[in-house]
Amino acid sequence: MGAHRPGNAPPEGRQMSHDPAHSGPAPAVGPVSLGPEAHVMVGNADKFINWCRKSSLWYLLFATACCGIELMQTGASRYDLDRFGAVFRATPRQSDLMIVAGTITHKMAERLIRLYEQMPEPKYVISMGSCANTGGPFYKDSYCVVKGVDLLIPVDVYVPGCPPRPEALIDGILKLQKIIEQKRNFAAKA
Amino acid sequence: MEPKAIFEAVKGKFGEAVVELQEEGFRPAFVVVSPESVREISLFLRDDPAMKFDSLMCLSGVDYKDRFAVAYHLHSLEIGHRIGVKAYLPREAPSLPSVDGVWPAANFQEREAFDLYGIVFPGSKDLRRILLPEDWVGYPLRKDYKYPEFYHGIKV
Amino acid sequence: MKARAEALPTQEMLINMGPQHPSTHGVLRVILRTDGEVVVNARPDVGYLHRALEKIGERVTYAQFMPFTDRLDYLASMNCNAAWAWTVEKLAGIEVPERAEYIRVIVCELNRISSHLIAFGSFTADMGAFTPFLYAIRERERINDLFEDICGNRLTYNYVRIGGVSADLPDRFLEKTKEFLDYFEPKIPEYNKLISYNKIFVHRLANVAAISGGEAVAYGLTGPNLRGSGVSFDLRRSEPYSVYPKLDFDVCVGTGERGTVGDCFDRYMVRINEMRESVKILRQAIAQIPGGPVMAKVPRAFKPPVGEVYFRAENPRGETGIYLISDGTVNPYRLKLRAPSFVTMNIFEKVTKGLMIADIVAVIGSFDIILPEIDR
Ligand code: SF4
Repeated sequence: MGAHRPGNAPPEGRQMSHDPAHSGPAPAVGPVSLGPEAHVMVGNADKFINWCRKSSLWYLLFATACCGIELMQTGASRYDLDRFGAVFRATPRQSDLMIVAGTITHKMAERLIRLYEQMPEPKYVISMGSCANTGGPFYKDSYCVVKGVDLLIPVDVYVPGCPPRPEALIDGILKLQKIIEQKRNFAAKA
Repeated sequence: MEPKAIFEAVKGKFGEAVVELQEEGFRPAFVVVSPESVREISLFLRDDPAMKFDSLMCLSGVDYKDRFAVAYHLHSLEIGHRIGVKAYLPREAPSLPSVDGVWPAANFQEREAFDLYGIVFPGSKDLRRILLPEDWVGYPLRKDYKYPEFYHGIKV
Repeated sequence: MKARAEALPTQEMLINMGPQHPSTHGVLRVILRTDGEVVVNARPDVGYLHRALEKIGERVTYAQFMPFTDRLDYLASMNCNAAWAWTVEKLAGIEVPERAEYIRVIVCELNRISSHLIAFGSFTADMGAFTPFLYAIRERERINDLFEDICGNRLTYNYVRIGGVSADLPDRFLEKTKEFLDYFEPKIPEYNKLISYNKIFVHRLANVAAISGGEAVAYGLTGPNLRGSGVSFDLRRSEPYSVYPKLDFDVCVGTGERGTVGDCFDRYMVRINEMRESVKILRQAIAQIPGGPVMAKVPRAFKPPVGEVYFRAENPRGETGIYLISDGTVNPYRLKLRAPSFVTMNIFEKVTKGLMIADIVAVIGSFDIILPEIDR
């Protein structure tokens, strides 16, 4: 989806995967000889890596409370989050993205940190809903709700709402994709 | 059976252990009993053919500032009547016999009362904190509870 | 068997399931002691979502607590809203206009359908069939649309007020609901064709974790879980409140259709059948709804009289009871929420003894528990 935007993945890459006659090896970076028929694309490695990363954001199914239902519905019929390359995984070891959907209590805090640590790098966090952002409706009077998940783990995108609509969550994921696009994977030469 | 009749019957059986009937403003009405006899009275209420309170709807701790209480709401599926039973406890070391042998449904709710009020139920199958972590300090639903500042280094 | 066990000594294993697990419906943790695949003991550990609703209730006013009831059981927010309103009205003796009562019943029954849809969908997904889940969500989205029309939100509605409802139904709402019912009713047999009588599905549920009627009552099971055990008890019928006495419906009970009475399959089937009954109730309510105001006169600084009241309502997960103590001020003095899922978890340890590990998921799903209700 993001590939239609300017400045994204090189168009040649798209072409190749769409052309059945040329379903050859995976798009490579740099001058590689693949025979006279093959298309070769030359591009920026950063761009390519980021394009791969942002187009397959596998998120951890981490639904603790009400927002989790909206997360579920975003992933199911009608909103179909799979369109953006985001599918849910049940284990942190296979996920790139943690969508913290719901209230985090002090009893849960330790487990949340452990789950985060189990995720492989690079990892991203979306904080979904007021509870994960700030403690939400429980900010003032609750003695056991953590007042924002950013006290525990670093957060990339905050999605406001109680609960956020599926559209809002999708917007959050698109924002995260923008963040990933801008990442520099190779340090510039001194 | 009407609350009045239930009260009379329990009073007739247990005498001193039954303190009063709270009726005005209470729905359902409460039979107030002394804490030591809660278990016997519960057994009677469950097994007596005229009572048959086979279901414990709700068990709650209450903090009345000067004293604690445990309130039981009972219902009989067979006969279809309801009654409340209440036992007042002192603020220091509140404790009363567990009824989870009478109604197994009581277990979790007793643990909850223990967790949030610090009321101890001797004779319970398993009395541990249930909702809060094991190392939580204090009993949050007490009226004089002070919120902690930090828990495990995280601001509360 | 015995000889083999001696030849091959096995050790008990401790397995931790949750709090992050796809089929525990949230953050339930179960500590399993197993002997191979057989569960020796499964001990639930709850409280990972304890948000202190009862304490909050003592610090806010009666009207302010309404949004928190949404979060008590977010799959049945309307039912919880209404239960809170009915409790306070019972305490204060407020007469609610009849139209408002009808509206409440309509939204409650719609919410019951959408809650049972999630129960059905996520249960089948837990059992390994993902497609029915998508079907269930497809229907649920339409109910969400209806609720969005009424109150602007998809999940946490905050629509019911003490003394009535916050606003009258929008234009064409009743027609739209009727359209939805016409669309939805034929879907129930479709679900049955799709999965309910699927051989594998039945095999995984029939005769698993059967609970007898007497046990269910003693352990405080309510709602579909109690009825699954063959006990015909529905608060809408036995302790009628609101306008339910004017509506005609059947109480669905488990019959041991494919196994024993009170097994996982019965509990599942009760929910499927209840959706049909809800459709029936909705049709009648739509036909009967009178005109008139939707809100009684309730003062802004609302102070109910001193007293104690226990009210219970039949919610999708069972009896939601509210024990409310008022000391005559603007804040409740004590508020105990008796949540059906919490009490249901009592029996979990007992029924799971000797089952297979995979059955644990079936039991959790068939109880249709929801975590905020367990932990509150
Ligand atoms: S932000 Fe609102 S909807 Fe989301 S978990 Fe918190 S209370 Fe529930």
